[in-house]
Amino acid sequence: MSETATITGNQRSVYLDHAASTPMYPEAVTATAEQMTRVGNPSSLHASGRAARRVVEESRERIAGSLHARPGEVVFTSGGTESDNLAVKGLYWARRSQEPRRTRVLSTAVEHHAILDPLHWLAEHEGAEVELLPVNRCGRLDVDALRESVARDPESVSFVSVMWANNEVGTVQPIRAVAEAAHAHGIPVHTDAVQAIGQIPVDFAASGVDAMTLTGHKLGGPYGVGALLVRRELELTPLLHGGGQERDVRSGTVDSPAIAGFATAVELSVQRQPRHAERISQLRDELLRRVCEQVPDAVMNGDRDCTLANRLPGNAHIQFPGCEGDSLLMLLDARGIEASTGSACSAGVPQPSHVLLAMGADDVSARSALRFSLGHSSTWHDVEALVEAIGPVVERARAAGIASGFGVVAKAG
Amino acid sequence: MRVLAAMSGGVDSAVAAARAADAGHEVTGIHLALSRNPKSYRTGARGCCTIEDAGDARRAADVIGIPFYVWDMSDRFHEDVVEDFMAEYAAGRTPNPCLRCNEKIKFAAVLDRAIALGFDAVATGHYARLVTGSDGLIALHRAVDMGKDQSYVLGVLTQRQLAHSLFPLGRSRKEDVRVEAARRGLSVAAKPDSHDICFISDGDTGGWLADKLGSGSGEIVDHASGEVLGTHEGTFRFTVGQRRGLRVGRPTADGEPRYVLDIEPVAGTVTVGPRDALTVDHLIGSSPRWCGAVPAGPLHGTVQLRAHGREHAAVVGLASAGTSEEYVDIRLLDPAQGIAPGQAAVVYDGPRVVGSCTITRTSRPEAHLNVSEGNLDEREGNLDVREAHLNERSART
Repeated sequence: MSETATITGNQRSVYLDHAASTPMYPEAVTATAEQMTRVGNPSSLHASGRAARRVVEESRERIAGSLHARPGEVVFTSGGTESDNLAVKGLYWARRSQEPRRTRVLSTAVEHHAILDPLHWLAEHEGAEVELLPVNRCGRLDVDALRESVARDPESVSFVSVMWANNEVGTVQPIRAVAEAAHAHGIPVHTDAVQAIGQIPVDFAASGVDAMTLTGHKLGGPYGVGALLVRRELELTPLLHGGGQERDVRSGTVDSPAIAGFATAVELSVQRQPRHAERISQLRDELLRRVCEQVPDAVMNGDRDCTLANRLPGNAHIQFPGCEGDSLLMLLDARGIEASTGSACSAGVPQPSHVLLAMGADDVSARSALRFSLGHSSTWHDVEALVEAIGPVVERARAAGIASGFGVVAKAG
Repeated sequence: MRVLAAMSGGVDSAVAAARAADAGHEVTGIHLALSRNPKSYRTGARGCCTIEDAGDARRAADVIGIPFYVWDMSDRFHEDVVEDFMAEYAAGRTPNPCLRCNEKIKFAAVLDRAIALGFDAVATGHYARLVTGSDGLIALHRAVDMGKDQSYVLGVLTQRQLAHSLFPLGRSRKEDVRVEAARRGLSVAAKPDSHDICFISDGDTGGWLADKLGSGSGEIVDHASGEVLGTHEGTFRFTVGQRRGLRVGRPTADGEPRYVLDIEPVAGTVTVGPRDALTVDHLIGSSPRWCGAVPAGPLHGTVQLRAHGREHAAVVGLASAGTSEEYVDIRLLDPAQGIAPGQAAVVYDGPRVVGSCTITRTSRPEAHLNVSEGNLDEREGNLDVREAHLNERSART
């Protein structure tokens, strides 16, 4: 059923963690490998340099074409985290140097840590006033709350950053409305679209946003490469200084092999998006339906309206009452089924997801959820395998939850 | 068997996990996260609780080729070990947190969860042996390497816990374990042993306790005359047998050093006296835990009173106080010095651990005029129980 032959990390595994990383398209592997066999620094003036430069510029054009941006708006980076940091810090510093009053940054409580942590850093070290706007039970930003927050003192707002779609629960944010609300006061908008591209239609120009993050390994491209799309007129203070590559915004030798594979993957994932979304959302719906058949008290997190306008097609985020997410993960892993608790780890210590907490979940239910994310290599077999395993796994995890007093200690704390 | 290997990030638990896997068990490695905020506990390379240790454990699991996860035991650890430690010191007693951790965390919370998840046993890097007796019971024995023997901190385990435990290092010597780790390509082969209490990052137990419990000054009193010799900043800074840090200005008449004999936390009184007065030959213990069958009559065996302390020949009896509560009566044939309430007495019959109790009361010999040299063979530093704590090898599992 797979659309293309794909590379999987572990042949025996049922891989249900595409939101963490999705297998590279063979075409992207080929494009990267081909470029790896050639010498040439894209900044060099000689023939080899020019050849490498051509690959980079063609890649830039292909990415721009796929996402409806101008080639000059594509700034290559090392991936999502760098793009987010460049957007957040670069915009904050650039805006503040022009207008020192602009220190308010508006974002949401459900952003990825690659947004939240730089924001907290700016608050701690650079005098930023960060307002993380609340979300509803689906994890969606209330645009009126954003409008009110802006209107309170529009002259003090530096920028707005709202993710296109949430990595944990798959909720799609009203990006156009966010852009309109901010632009009414001339405030720039950044969006982290890492999870959205290739899954749902993403049109940079039509969205109205001023900067957008994307990364290779979430859409069938290589790891360690990404881009920030930045409107020409938007000024950014660079994080990396050096050779002046990438419009002087991101110095560092341009990684032509990775970029060649990245561009191929962006192009393919965007071309295939309509069919992919249809197929994957059917699989996801089947997964949800049948898992809930096996575990009747399982609860779906995120938006129950699973249409593409509201939810990513490959995302199934399920809460299993009485089970610890990490018990479920371990038990499934032992059966070759790979999922995610979707939570951030420090030293691998499971923390309750800030996304679920922001959506109103309590500490215990936030720790009893698992994310299953489907992607281009997912098949009916994957869903079957999960459905077969989930009943006994939940039963065991529940017994372990009772044995370790799960829900008792955590509630008291 | 399906075996859960508790991996601290140290060399012992890594080799224990590898041996369990070699023995044909289906092994899964776990690292116990004992602090919600790992950086706050320890940043050096010698504790059990750092991000580096978790990383070392993960690398070892990779090399062995077993799955690896981190289990968050921070709430339980704080409640059952850290708070217990503070409460014990506040009450003038000297607890052993490693023993408490084995009793409440590793072989209780972790074991229970492991069994519920479908595991058959928990394997750790403790140096101790399990021997199945003719009665079918599993006995806990001292390790072959007496320098590393950790049966003392396992003396709280019951038959059920022992039945679900594996100690793959009990028949090995530490230096051989290091060689084996190197041969197996484990990067922790040369990692230093941990020495301190894992949740006290700088090893300054007194400072840590002062920070947690606040200071409460009191008097330092001479045991014979009742004379006030000085003041102190908190009873928890003292343990029975301690010599250093008394800061009593006046020397004794005979020039001999003074030792802490008794701590009365409510009044805030620390009683001091000569070394001879530290000698005890009768101990009362509470909360007995028996590894196998409850001893029927008085047992002529040995007791160990601190980790890596020596054995004392003793007669151990199980008695009932006026209440229904059991207590253990230990007559030391070979008196001990500097024994503090709160310490565990682990009872041995030869190499076999019979059980353990928590010392609640000690008494001095009626007529001990001549303390034999044999009682003084412990190094002086060992009389300082706090120092003894620092010398303890906290169990690296």
